[in-house]
Amino acid sequence: MEPTNISDPEYFHKVVDCQHACPAHTPVPEYIRLIAEEKYTEAYMINWDSNVFPGVLGRTCDRPCEPACRRGRLEGKEEEPVAICRLKRVAADNKGDVKSLMPQGPFKPNGKKIALIGAGPASLTVARDLAPLGYEIHLYDEQKLGGGFMRSQIPSFRLPETVLNEEVNYILDLGIHTHFNHYVKSLKDTLSKEYDAVFVGSGAPKGRDLDIPGRQEGAAHIHIGINWLANVAFEHTAKVGKKVIVLGGGNTAMDCCRTARRLGGDEVKVFVRSPFAEMKASPWEKEDAAHEDIPIIDNHVPKTFVVENGVLKGMTFEKVTAEYDKDGKRKLVPVGGPDIFIEADDVLIAVGQENSFPWIERDLGIVFDKWDMPTVNEVTFVSTNPKVFFGGDSAWGPKNVITAVAHGHQAAISIDLMCRGESMTVRPSPFVNLVSQKMGIHEWAYDSAVVNDERYVVPQADKKVTLTNRKKEVELGFDHITGFKEAERCLNCDIQTVFTTDKCIECDACMDVCPTACISFTENADESDLRNMLKVPATNKSQDLYVSSVLPTKRVMVKDENMCLHCGLCAERCPTSAWDMQKFFYNVTKAHTGCSSHK
Amino acid sequence: MTYIRPKFRHPELQKNKLGYTVDHYEGALSTLCAGCGHDSISAGIIQAAYEMNIEPHKLAKLSGIGCSSKTPAYFLSNSHGFNSVHGRMPSVATGANLANRDLIYFGVSGDGDTASIGMGQFVHVIRRGLNMTYIVMNNGCYGLTKGQDSATADQGSKNKSGNVNLFESIDLASLAIELGATFVAQSFSGDKAQLVPLIKAAMNHPGFAFINVISPCVTFNNNLGSTKSYDYVREHVEATATVDFVPQMKEISVEYGKGTHKQVVMHDGSVIQLHKLAEEWDPLDRQSAMNAVLNSKAKNEILTGLLYVNPDAHDLHHMINTSDVPLNTLGKDVLCPGSEMLVDINAGLR
Repeated sequence: MEPTNISDPEYFHKVVDCQHACPAHTPVPEYIRLIAEEKYTEAYMINWDSNVFPGVLGRTCDRPCEPACRRGRLEGKEEEPVAICRLKRVAADNKGDVKSLMPQGPFKPNGKKIALIGAGPASLTVARDLAPLGYEIHLYDEQKLGGGFMRSQIPSFRLPETVLNEEVNYILDLGIHTHFNHYVKSLKDTLSKEYDAVFVGSGAPKGRDLDIPGRQEGAAHIHIGINWLANVAFEHTAKVGKKVIVLGGGNTAMDCCRTARRLGGDEVKVFVRSPFAEMKASPWEKEDAAHEDIPIIDNHVPKTFVVENGVLKGMTFEKVTAEYDKDGKRKLVPVGGPDIFIEADDVLIAVGQENSFPWIERDLGIVFDKWDMPTVNEVTFVSTNPKVFFGGDSAWGPKNVITAVAHGHQAAISIDLMCRGESMTVRPSPFVNLVSQKMGIHEWAYDSAVVNDERYVVPQADKKVTLTNRKKEVELGFDHITGFKEAERCLNCDIQTVFTTDKCIECDACMDVCPTACISFTENADESDLRNMLKVPATNKSQDLYVSSVLPTKRVMVKDENMCLHCGLCAERCPTSAWDMQKFFYNVTKAHTGCSSHK
Repeated sequence: MTYIRPKFRHPELQKNKLGYTVDHYEGALSTLCAGCGHDSISAGIIQAAYEMNIEPHKLAKLSGIGCSSKTPAYFLSNSHGFNSVHGRMPSVATGANLANRDLIYFGVSGDGDTASIGMGQFVHVIRRGLNMTYIVMNNGCYGLTKGQDSATADQGSKNKSGNVNLFESIDLASLAIELGATFVAQSFSGDKAQLVPLIKAAMNHPGFAFINVISPCVTFNNNLGSTKSYDYVREHVEATATVDFVPQMKEISVEYGKGTHKQVVMHDGSVIQLHKLAEEWDPLDRQSAMNAVLNSKAKNEILTGLLYVNPDAHDLHHMINTSDVPLNTLGKDVLCPGSEMLVDINAGLR
């Protein structure tokens, strides 16, 4: 193999699994260390810069970082990833004054006007990134408050309104012109108002319906999940029947069933077509539903709504089993037997949501594909109309908050580049830093010791209280001490093992001391061969090999990044400092931080 | 200040025949200087014991005093250990071995502990043919007392402060051959591919097995002009043969080039595979082994690998005809047969 090019920031970035997996590439280990040091304000600001909504995401994020966490790959089945998401909340809960650390308006106008359609996380991110540069931002939303689906679809018992308001207001306070209670009916009209760019962040607002017998007759008590959740959030709906069926296996279904429990649903049941293990809902959301005595009944396909005398009585289901063909494709096969009848006063349909652009005229130069989705550039987020940008769920369908934020950052960069007449395809480089952590013998500037603690559980409020008050937050968050302990579980994967070939005397000390047998000295070979020549074969191909240039004995140093604990023992035992532990800081450049200096 | 070895190990570590992964043979985290050759030897011992499927409680590690003699703390934590008096490890090993012949005895010593204060004990344990492995971690200096020349420092070798050693060095390997050791090898801490099979073969040898391992002192004897530095040894190392130790004949899988390989079959059917590199050398012939050592020394080369082996070796227990059952397991009735027997013996002497 060729020697690894560690001057390419993407190499070490990939070693920081959590940060790499985060769509917004939040510098996770950096803020976790700050939490351990009780520097909550600083930890919050690192998050705020990257993901804009630390308090919201610390409660509701889909946490793609956690399955990626190296800790989850370690020996032992019980070893779980660091509770990254809930640590973010610790920073948000305990922060001091952050507003003074944010960009301070009023900003000198640059004469450009931008319209943002939909006040969800994608648009708000664009607003935050562009406002400090002097753009005049006009934010449109049909609801009376900003936040988009963070407000309408995430129930208050998971995300208190105060937390959401606070973080939305940090952005609106940057001098954003809000146009709430204003449904944009025509993109053509908006474009005619002399905006320099329009960003569409209108989400995936259309809940999928279920067209089976009885749907029309029972309509009064059959609700589309996301609409129903929005009605609850905006206090148009305050009650539900005693017996409730929720259809669907995603996170919206989980939010629906748990909300129903709080609005008078004593017998709430979730019915899913797929097997339990294949449900789309996050495991922790399924656990929370189970904790609130909500059975999830899998392998049941809805057949009919049963309506008698114009009143919904319940539903019938067909029991199925999942079979898989040789390609692993699933087929649901009926097991036979009569359909099953389940009583219900109300049914909530949460079987997916879709994009919907009835307000975009099709003669504006925006190409729509056969699924009626706009063609959007994956790097620049520009549509085929150079003035119109898409991001968040409206770009490629429903994802999550953190993805919407990541889109917003990139769209803001594109809009800024376009408004300044520069090429959108030349993207700004990330901000990168690499600094030695050595302080002395056995002394590093980071907590190098690897703790053995198992993942801490976030305490919850008493069910008796939470089930009677839909606004009472269920999770209580980590206290300071538990937050510290959980933060200590982080392996500090951003503290990189950096190898300098010409300092190495090949004493083998690093190879001998490495607890997880990551380091080998061997003859060089092609990657596929080399992977098998190591002390422990490197079978996880998603993890890179770090290969040195040729050493005096004609061998190379090969480090399998997969199991590295970043404990620093290799550098500790290296007599010549050929190994050094260096803190790698990687931050995605945002429009307001770096674009203008980028040429 | 943190210097703690994490408990996590690679989840894909292979188990040996006993079901142990290699970490079962580890010891405490070393407190020797970073980069010490001794740590590499410790790692070699761990690897050898793991590959030999040794039950940890069937092995006793013994040492004297010095940097080298600290190392038993850093390997085989689950085995018996005795850190004895300076230079007196051989007599402790002799006592232990006589009491319980069923254990594998693994002695670790240094050049000071062996070639200076312990020389008397060293030569006699060889003469006795005690069944043990005796490793010298040889760095040519007294590392624990800041690097004075030891008795194995080569004449003309320069120490860290620039002083040249005036005295002839003691060559432990040729001394061992001379005194009748039945397994003599020499190796380098920086060459585990050679060292590990040598340790395995030595542990399997049924007599006195000696391995002299050049082990650079990274702090006091790794300077220019030293003949025991990493660079010097790498430039001057010359191997007798590549070594492979195969516990059972049927497992031989390596094919060597025609005419260059030699198999030494041990009494228990195990095999030492040698891919010969040195000319006119026969590992079964003491004379030729001595010549090979002396010839390479004359050429300023360090000859490594297996130097001499006698596959038909016998140990002390055989020579003095002791009980096959370990003495420490014999009961009082056997050890003390009573006054009637004494009367009989006395009668026989009349």
